[in-house]
Amino acid sequence: MSTAGAAPPPPGAHPLLAGSPGLRRRKLVNRTMESTATLAALIAVAVLAIVIASVLIKGVSAINLDFFIKSPAPFGQSGGGIANSIVGTALLVAMASVLAVPVGILVGIHTSEFARPSVASSIRFALDILNGVPTIVTGIFVFGLLVVGHVQSGYAGAFALAIIMLPIVARSAHEVLSLVPSSLREASLALGVRRWRTVLTIVVPTAASGLVTGALLAVARVAGETAPLLFTSSIASNLVSTNPSQAFASIPVSIFTLSEEASPAAHAQAWAAALLLIFLVVLLNVLARSVFGRSQARIGRTR
Amino acid sequence: MLGREPAPRRALTLRGRAGVADRLGDPGLRLLTWLASGASMVLIALLVYKVFDQAGESISHFGLGFVTANVWNPVTRRFGAGSFIYGTAVSSLIALLIAGPMAIAIALFLTELAPLRVRRPVATLVELLAAIPSVVLGLWGIIVMAPFLNNTLEPALRSLLGWMPLFAGSASPFGLLPAILILTIMTVPIVAAVTREVFQTVPTELKESALALGSTRWEMVRMVILPYAKSGIVGASILGLGRALGEAIAVTQVIGDETGIHASLFAPADTLASRVASTYQGATSTLEISSLAYLSAILLVFALIANAIARLIVRRSTLRMRAAGPRPGLAVTVAEAQA
Repeated sequence: MSTAGAAPPPPGAHPLLAGSPGLRRRKLVNRTMESTATLAALIAVAVLAIVIASVLIKGVSAINLDFFIKSPAPFGQSGGGIANSIVGTALLVAMASVLAVPVGILVGIHTSEFARPSVASSIRFALDILNGVPTIVTGIFVFGLLVVGHVQSGYAGAFALAIIMLPIVARSAHEVLSLVPSSLREASLALGVRRWRTVLTIVVPTAASGLVTGALLAVARVAGETAPLLFTSSIASNLVSTNPSQAFASIPVSIFTLSEEASPAAHAQAWAAALLLIFLVVLLNVLARSVFGRSQARIGRTR
Repeated sequence: MLGREPAPRRALTLRGRAGVADRLGDPGLRLLTWLASGASMVLIALLVYKVFDQAGESISHFGLGFVTANVWNPVTRRFGAGSFIYGTAVSSLIALLIAGPMAIAIALFLTELAPLRVRRPVATLVELLAAIPSVVLGLWGIIVMAPFLNNTLEPALRSLLGWMPLFAGSASPFGLLPAILILTIMTVPIVAAVTREVFQTVPTELKESALALGSTRWEMVRMVILPYAKSGIVGASILGLGRALGEAIAVTQVIGDETGIHASLFAPADTLASRVASTYQGATSTLEISSLAYLSAILLVFALIANAIARLIVRRSTLRMRAAGPRPGLAVTVAEAQA
């Protein structure tokens, strides 16, 4: 895969290339392009570092115990926290996962185990398209479906997040289920085990950690989503609420509204909330990656 | 294992009748998974229908003239998408113009140049950049990047390139330029991740042949890797474009939310997604809400076209490459999942 070992010998030393016309220019062009590519990678890492450093520096100073356990202070007063948003985000994401993860895994089982290849490929194409729908449009859809004529609610917000999770869970489920070697399926079927038992007791357990990875990535993705919640679950009480028939506050929406305010105190809280959100998202991503690494090793062994 | 051992007793049950669970199990699981897939397809159809349905009042009121009308006035109840379509097109195309070459360079660095032990950590860092929630990037854009643009970058650009209308006009913390930069930051990691997967499928023999013929590494990249990966790169770029088109939150935080078309990149503007997001609490009439749905419908059509084209291209090129090289791993799925 890597060509590191195949790097050309230093051309100056090579008898065939020593007299090549324009060699100096070609080497210069090569050097320039290599440096440009390296520079581009450096810039990308630097941007990440700058963003994370800003969030860390500005966020840490605003974080204290009150930030986690208190509700937002009334307008014009200092202090307070975002307890309502933390609880809201936890509930929204949990409800969305309950909806999206089982359905997504079932769709993945359907496309990888049961459906005819042409049908499976159309379904996956449709899911890819759904994945590409702008999340603000998903918000408008759920607004029209569940909110118009009623009120914003935790249910509506969770449903919008579930729509975003569904294609991620289903696509990754399909990918990891098709990584399971067909020799395992065939061995099980040859022993007379029924198809459904083979799927549920051989295929799914073998791919289990990959399925978990897909679900975690989907959770990481929607935990930071703001746009689908604006129309479905944004006009929320400042008090901690666990009643899903009312709108929930959430960390991303809080960051959004705090960032639009002009006061430095609001900005400080926005940074602290951003720090919490980034910590959450990075943690979920790292967790997902480590789980997947283990599943790769496991499938490798069974092969 | 082979031959001699007596057949285990259990094998006898193979001849016996299947239990109730086994008779119901096969059609049951098949039906259940079929229902899940069917429900997902219905959901997609319902989404498209419902968005257009909500836009109905505005569509019958303004017709197709809405698409070019350059106005958004709740008082006179006149709405149009012209300036937002312009803002969406300009911001996401310029962002892609910057992000595309950068992403290709990063992918080359990660597949050809970087020392082996650096590759994985740097690739992970680039993917983490894609995982940063857009609202956090927008917050960073407002508070850290906007003042820098306003005080340093925009005056510098104006004194260098001020003769071009794009870089004329007074500097401002909110406008197209910050939106373009934020969108660039958001699209680079996606395009880079998918491009990197495509580069990894270029057969090693081809690359080594070029090197053995005496080409420099760059010549090998230009004459072997880039032509081989061309369609994959195009697909990855359109995927990035799709993401940039639909980004609402980070853009609305930095673009200034102003109706109108200005030549200058420094001037406040607005995009389709950003206008919908910023009006979420302020809509005053059913006509305005319906017009927001009309904006969403236009955006949905753009996004569907971009994604369909990108997926078809990526799928075709990975099918070809699956025949030639190793199969693209979960990383593509992960990168696409974050797209």
